[in-house]
Amino acid sequence: MDGLEITDVSSCDLSGRQDHRVPGEPMLRVRGLTRIYGRECPDCVPRTGPEAGSNICPGCGSVVACAGVSFDLYAGEILGVVGESGSGKSTLVQCLYFDSAVTAGEAYLRNYREGAVNILGSSAQEQRHIRHHLMGMVYQKPHQGLRLDCTAGGNIAEKLLAAEFFHVGRIRERASELLLRTEVPLERMDHLPRHFSGGMQQRVQIAKALANSPPLVFLDEVTTGLDVSVQARVLDLIRHLHRELGLAMVVVSHDLGVIRLLTDCTLVMKTGRVVEAGLTDQILGDPQHPYTQLLVSSLL
Amino acid sequence: MPDKQAVRPGYNFAFLDEQTKKEIRRRILKAVAVPGYQVPFASRELPIAQGWGTGGLQLTLALVGPGDVVKVIDQGSDDVVNAVNIRRLLLQTTGVKTTEDTGAATLIQTRHRIPEERLREEQALVFQVPYPEPLRRVEPSEVKTREMHAEADYSRLWVFLYEDIVRWREITIGAQYPVLVNGRYVMDPSPIPRWDIPKLHMAANLNLFGAGREKRIYAVPPYTRVEPLAFEDHQFRVESFDGKHCAVCGSTASFLDELIDDHTGARRHTCSDVAYCAKRHQLLSENGPGAGRQTGNETGGGA
Ligand SMILES: Nc1ncnc2c1ncn2[C@@H]1O[C@H](COP(=O)(O)OP(=O)(O)OP(=O)(O)O)[C@@H](O)[C@H]1O
Ligand SMILES: [Mg+2]
Ligand SMILES: [Zn+2]
Ligand SMILES: [Zn+2]
Repeated sequence: MDGLEITDVSSCDLSGRQDHRVPGEPMLRVRGLTRIYGRECPDCVPRTGPEAGSNICPGCGSVVACAGVSFDLYAGEILGVVGESGSGKSTLVQCLYFDSAVTAGEAYLRNYREGAVNILGSSAQEQRHIRHHLMGMVYQKPHQGLRLDCTAGGNIAEKLLAAEFFHVGRIRERASELLLRTEVPLERMDHLPRHFSGGMQQRVQIAKALANSPPLVFLDEVTTGLDVSVQARVLDLIRHLHRELGLAMVVVSHDLGVIRLLTDCTLVMKTGRVVEAGLTDQILGDPQHPYTQLLVSSLL
Repeated sequence: MPDKQAVRPGYNFAFLDEQTKKEIRRRILKAVAVPGYQVPFASRELPIAQGWGTGGLQLTLALVGPGDVVKVIDQGSDDVVNAVNIRRLLLQTTGVKTTEDTGAATLIQTRHRIPEERLREEQALVFQVPYPEPLRRVEPSEVKTREMHAEADYSRLWVFLYEDIVRWREITIGAQYPVLVNGRYVMDPSPIPRWDIPKLHMAANLNLFGAGREKRIYAVPPYTRVEPLAFEDHQFRVESFDGKHCAVCGSTASFLDELIDDHTGARRHTCSDVAYCAKRHQLLSENGPGAGRQTGNETGGGA
């Protein structure tokens, strides 16, 4: 870790904000997260990024999907990640959810061993434990997060069973509670999500992600591909759940409207780098980076 | 001591060459060291068709010594053609003594059953296994199932059991009921009935499993925990033979096969473990009816 990246850390300043947030240690600290697809060379990071205008290394042809991403996320807060297609948003959350290995970087979770271990370097078994007890993920495409050939209840059960919750009656109680909360009719519990509408599939995915009451949830483009009216309902649901459960969330979207509606702070990404970070209100009101200015002006 | 007359000339003792036997024994040691873990091995060709117990047979051949007394059973019977063939092969390549008496055997090869008589520390039981992978029900890819075992990631198998209960109100798996070995690996106990599963738990004897076609060896060493997967509110249950008893020996505490009389259509039950049944029958006729008294399910308690 060099000093330069530390100073680059984006974090929301909590001073003067008057809500439920727990001050002190961030819930998630990420430093220098880098993911390169392909064999690496020393040029990979220096010769890619917004200035180079590409995430493909001219030296070796590898894709630098994201590099040097650092941020702090506080308990109960929502961080937005916005940027054009291919800017590395999904890669970032997939690395943090251990779906994809990192090339470099560290992450610390306050709820795991007092935030003293780099979870990106933990063993596969530890990572599995973390993700089943402390994290939830909602993927862009329902089939990434759901087993469409298992019942809706079975999908929720999987997350509970992974956390060693071996009581069918209580699993079904918890699943009912979650489906109720995510507005999925209870009579669909034992049906296959394969036959559900896109909006309902996303709601089941959200129910699954929340099954173990994780303190941290990642949502990757949850509303993309849904009808506008359905989008609004799902966004409402997320806001509602956040208020009720006080979760910390990372919300990925290429849609600044979603970011504005949901998030406290925002990272703006371009070609695998964070080009601007800060409070969402400030970023939207007074964008500094030309790329952000472009995004914001297109929103108006 | 081996019966030299029975041995066909031209074979190495126990058919396999010494190098091969050593290699298999090394794999067995590894399997014993990591209970329930599937150890790959280089399965050999044997003069017996694959799918007819070649996995188990290779373990038996690698283990058998001149002083052993061998028993071979298939679905509880020593007399069916498979058991007879394997026993003959063993006899012709080793000359060792064979027996049908579970208590007298030192090495037992079996398919689909565990003898009713409780096995002792000095005995080893070798299972023939058709499909060693308990996760195959939920995951077709071998690479993935290995990863799942490595990470002790069994939630998908649990979901399978959960959905079984939702659909049928109970777990419908009869044979091949998945078990957790030593609190770590989920294992396929081979197609034994549920009835036999409790016998594996903390058994005094060594249990070895061989899959020839899939080239895997695994083991449950003596005094190892073997727990069938079950939910707190849906406990594991063995088959019930409530109100039924063996028509031959009167047993009410053994796994029973149902027989239907061709002429009368009448149903009757007899012990699936034929040697156990014969032993009890003999005991009864020698000592009178009181000799065969049983106290509930004795899970292998001897006659
Ligand atoms: N498995 C992979 N192998 C090679 N390159 C990949 C792989 N996954 C992603 N990439 C590349 O990494 C870059 C970042 O992809 P990522 O999916 O993170 O972008 P994104 O910001 O989520 O885009 P979108 O808005 O389209 O979802 C892209 O150039 C993509 O092509
Ligand atoms: Mg994406
Ligand atoms: Zn390069
Ligand atoms: Zn009988």
